[in-house]
Amino acid sequence: MISQFFVLSQRGDNIVFRDYRGDVQKGSAEIFFRKVKFWKEDGETEAPPVFNVDGVNYFHVKVVGLLFVATTRANISPSLVLELLQRIARVTKDYLGILNEDSIRKNFVLMYELLDEVIDFGYVQTTSTEVLKSCVFNEPIMIEAAHMPPLGPAALFMQGNKRMPGTAVTKSVVANEPGGRRREEIFVDIIEKISLTFSSSGYILTSEIDGTIQMKSYLSGNPEIRLALNEDLNIGRGGRSVYDYGGSSGSGAVILDDCNFHESVHLDSFDVDRTLTLVPPDGEFPVMNYRMTQEFKPPFRINTLIEEAGSLKAEVILKIRAEFPQNITANTVVVQMPVPKYTSRVSFELESGAVGQVTDFKEPTKKIEWGLKKIVGGSEHTLRAKLTFAHESHGNITKEAGPVSMTFTIPMYNCSRLQVKYLQIAKKSKTYNPYRWVRYVTQANSYVARI
Amino acid sequence: MAPPAQSQRSPSPSQPSGKGEVSDLKMQLRQLAGSRAPGTDDSKRDLFKKVISYMTIGIDVSSVFSEMVMCSATSDIVLKKMCYLYVGNYAKYNPDLALLTINFLQRDCNDQDPIIRGLALRSLASLRVPNLVEYLVSPLAAGLKDSNTYVRMIASVGVLKLYHISASTCLDADFPQLLKHLLLNDPDPQVVANSLSALQEIWGTAASSEEAAREREGLISKPVIYYLLNRIKDFSEWAQCTVLELVSKYAPPDSNEIFDIMNLLEDRLQHANGAVVLATIKLFLQLTLSMTDVHQQVYERIKAPLLTLVSSGSPEQSYAVLSHLHLLVMRAPMLFASDYKHLYCQYNEPFYVKKLKLEMLTAVANESNTYEIVTELCEYAANVDIPIARESIRAVGKIALEQYDVNAIVDRLLQFLEMEKDYVTAETLVLVKDLLRKYPQWSHDCIAVIGNISSNNVQEPKAKAALIWMLGEYAQDMQDAPYALEGLVDEWEDEPSPEVRLHLLTAVMKCFFRRPPETQKALGSALAAGLADMHQDVHDRALFYYRLLQHNVSVANSVVNPTKQAVSVFADTQSSEIKDRIFDEFNSLSVLYQKPCYMFTDKEHQGPFAFSEEVGNIAVDNDDEDLLLGTTTKQDSSSLPHQTAALVSLDQTEPHAEQTNSVIDDLFGLGLSSSPAPPPLKLNAKAVLDPTTFQQKWRQLPVSTSQEVSISPQGVAAMTSPQVLVRHMQQLHCIHCIASGGQAPNFKLFFFAQKADEPSSNFLVECVVNLSTSKAHIKIKVDDETASQAFSALFQSAFSNFGKA
Repeated sequence: MISQFFVLSQRGDNIVFRDYRGDVQKGSAEIFFRKVKFWKEDGETEAPPVFNVDGVNYFHVKVVGLLFVATTRANISPSLVLELLQRIARVTKDYLGILNEDSIRKNFVLMYELLDEVIDFGYVQTTSTEVLKSCVFNEPIMIEAAHMPPLGPAALFMQGNKRMPGTAVTKSVVANEPGGRRREEIFVDIIEKISLTFSSSGYILTSEIDGTIQMKSYLSGNPEIRLALNEDLNIGRGGRSVYDYGGSSGSGAVILDDCNFHESVHLDSFDVDRTLTLVPPDGEFPVMNYRMTQEFKPPFRINTLIEEAGSLKAEVILKIRAEFPQNITANTVVVQMPVPKYTSRVSFELESGAVGQVTDFKEPTKKIEWGLKKIVGGSEHTLRAKLTFAHESHGNITKEAGPVSMTFTIPMYNCSRLQVKYLQIAKKSKTYNPYRWVRYVTQANSYVARI
Repeated sequence: MAPPAQSQRSPSPSQPSGKGEVSDLKMQLRQLAGSRAPGTDDSKRDLFKKVISYMTIGIDVSSVFSEMVMCSATSDIVLKKMCYLYVGNYAKYNPDLALLTINFLQRDCNDQDPIIRGLALRSLASLRVPNLVEYLVSPLAAGLKDSNTYVRMIASVGVLKLYHISASTCLDADFPQLLKHLLLNDPDPQVVANSLSALQEIWGTAASSEEAAREREGLISKPVIYYLLNRIKDFSEWAQCTVLELVSKYAPPDSNEIFDIMNLLEDRLQHANGAVVLATIKLFLQLTLSMTDVHQQVYERIKAPLLTLVSSGSPEQSYAVLSHLHLLVMRAPMLFASDYKHLYCQYNEPFYVKKLKLEMLTAVANESNTYEIVTELCEYAANVDIPIARESIRAVGKIALEQYDVNAIVDRLLQFLEMEKDYVTAETLVLVKDLLRKYPQWSHDCIAVIGNISSNNVQEPKAKAALIWMLGEYAQDMQDAPYALEGLVDEWEDEPSPEVRLHLLTAVMKCFFRRPPETQKALGSALAAGLADMHQDVHDRALFYYRLLQHNVSVANSVVNPTKQAVSVFADTQSSEIKDRIFDEFNSLSVLYQKPCYMFTDKEHQGPFAFSEEVGNIAVDNDDEDLLLGTTTKQDSSSLPHQTAALVSLDQTEPHAEQTNSVIDDLFGLGLSSSPAPPPLKLNAKAVLDPTTFQQKWRQLPVSTSQEVSISPQGVAAMTSPQVLVRHMQQLHCIHCIASGGQAPNFKLFFFAQKADEPSSNFLVECVVNLSTSKAHIKIKVDDETASQAFSALFQSAFSNFGKA
């Protein structure tokens, strides 16, 4: 049973505050914020998502810089509450198009209306945008989409790729567009996050792909949809070791370790022909989550060389090679590497003719940072960083530096080779031909090379 | 705090002072109240919004209550909703004004539009004003029978709201029976789910009554459970969680039924909502508790879904699932031994996630994977993230203590020392000390490296104490030991930590007996400094050593340098009793906090449906339970495990068997004249009983003796802490303490003893000491009732001897 729900801004202001059961004191938001802001336990400065102060349990999730918080005195399922908080954020986004402090402030009456229907006396009633539409009457007040960091992985598609309809993902599910008519369209996004660790000698120590097939439907009349995946898709790896890199590599079948599905998905024919059938509810939702540890070709190779040059100097050479096809471009690439604590100065040397690259030495955290706006498939880039030390190093510099980590986004590329073969919309009319967008994107979750 | 943005003022943090604005609003609302002009609703909306935005940021707008009510006569549903929200917020504090709203709410409850009926009913039930419940009963009754699901959904929760305002009104109106009817007959799953939640809470709160117990039984009866299970897929994902939680309390009579249920729910493990999956897992685990093989299969089955949940979703959700995985891994590490790579940390994960992963990695280490796990941990140790580096080193040490591949690990640890990072050195020193206590055979390798560490580079008290301990313990192997210690003694005044000073005293003593000429000077100054020390314990120990040396040097040697046995097992941090209880509370906060729920939740909130037999007992015996558990955790959380504590103080000698005879002599010597001489009772000097068994027995056995005994004045004076009494009872009388706690003048101790010839015959004692009245209350429970009197007499005489020896 949830006692209260509230949304706090980064500064700790109450943007929305709803009390459901009246058994937690009014000042809870302030108590919570202070605790999170000045967290100090176990020598750690980051508060865990759930903690207890004087018998009150506080749950929070961070969404676009806002804190979505629930309180309770009862010993309830933490997964349920945290899932619910995320879901409230998602419903809000479905309604407002864009989720941020400004849009919630402008629509706080609508927020209250939603919250009244989502939770009653601490019990979850519904989080389905579809159901909520029937009993929520406020019209969302739209805010300008420009420069607003939107929520969720789908936002990736907005970055400079001309083929993507940039505004679609920030469109409210309920609001009518200025023209009065809504465009019939459906988005299916295959989003993959890569976790990968290279050993110091360049071998892959561990690798995992965590993927989601995300859907957002603006189709009227809720038609049924069929989504066909690779026919040779396998799930579960039987008795074989999960980290068996021997046999199955190359261009063989796609083998997922495990996956789960949204409740609207029917799996009747999944075992036969790998098709998912569903009637998509309004709003954004994950059709399927999957996890894969099968070997795959890493999109980037990282090479690091550290050369000592006298007792107070060293040179770091970072080399990245893009191992994906030339027609693909990665964007917003950032490479980071911690350098020894006693580094006082760093000078950088980029390759000649480098465009859209920036370098920085983050003094407080002693990290060097290398940003590349774009990397075209097949290309290679090098950075030389000359380090100057405040005092002599007493040992092996490589023990005091690294590992190198990388973040990137690669649109229209996925490492797992999982594909949506077709997307069928079951509607009789011949003239009915809505826009269908099937989009792929790969992102780094934890992409690390040890040195 | 800034006001919500639609207020026209600058969005600066300047607060609207409140008063002026509120009376302004009041005026404007009053003007609109009677108006029927077109556009009125729009102006009302703006004003209402303003009122609610003030309410949100904490400005008191209760003074416009009557105006709001006047304006509520409208058909605009958005306006109505805002009005309901406002009324719900302020009615509780303005019961008189709340009466004003009854009229229009009751009218709305009969509206044509089901949405308005529902909303009005919800608001009416949310007023939380005890005087007004009479107005709620009939709309609620009508709502439960409404033809519209939305209204019934709201009405079923409304019953629960009424119950919380006035339980008797709710029961008198027979609402629970109506809910029960809805539970089993309503076509709408959400109405069913709400009725279930409401019934659970109502019967869970009214814990004591017989009717409540019967109703709770009824909810987990086979027909209800099957009815709900058969339509599980109709429920929303949230309602599924409620149902699954209920089913986990149902005990199927035979294994076929168990398999039926599990087959039915198998696909719930593939649900994208982590809460559904965890609720299913809890159910599976509970169902198969008594079927070892199947239970193990369940572990295998749930691994993949759990790992998928951990890696999908937000970091917060993933943390909640990971905590549950952590619990399972700690329970059955060997089942996860081959999955260790999934437990590797990612560089960008938050501390609390990494910490759980490190603990799991430590637990799953075995012969086959230790090398790789330790290699991975060493990477983290070299990491720039200091807290994680520390945790990783500790993890390496723990794995070493588990005996896998010690050789290689010791090498690694020694390499840590060469990294010359202060925190790495500090953590490693503590570990090396523990390792040496378990594997003295490694001393040679370690000592060579430890000898090179300058104590100047070690600042943390624990690490410094460990280094000093090693200097004392291995003085003969470390050439510089006496001089290093001498240097430390010279800095006595600057040493802030009493723990370090205590260790220093002991180490100098040990060193003295091994290398007297070189240490004599250091010992002299250490004892002098110790005697002048402001800290009581340090002073006492210095004095003790001083007198001991005066008394007899060879005795002193045998006290500080006894032959020691290697420590075989370090104390576990949590009793199995607590772990089991946390496991029973799977899929709740207990798992995240790693505490059973009674440790962090008030009684009334301990779960809506906590009614198992077990819980009842605990409530009765709560005090004992708390003390027992409280002290076990307290002792464990102290900086060093028990064994270390013993090392630090005296190297305790085992009680000898002859002492048992002296006990009996004492007993006869005292000759409790009033009672007949009991048959001689011999107690086992090395009796063992683990706390869990103790607690079980304590709960099961009846009290055989309960009486008050007085404590001698000497006893009162001697009892500076429970430990003095504990030592007395154990060393002289073979009565062992299992838990103790409290602060002067009140202590509570639990003792046990076993018959020398019959280890299965236990004596359990609870002893509540009150020094201010010089009395103690003793409760004795025994396995063998015939020995009860003899033991009681023995215990009392032992007790009354305390302080006289």
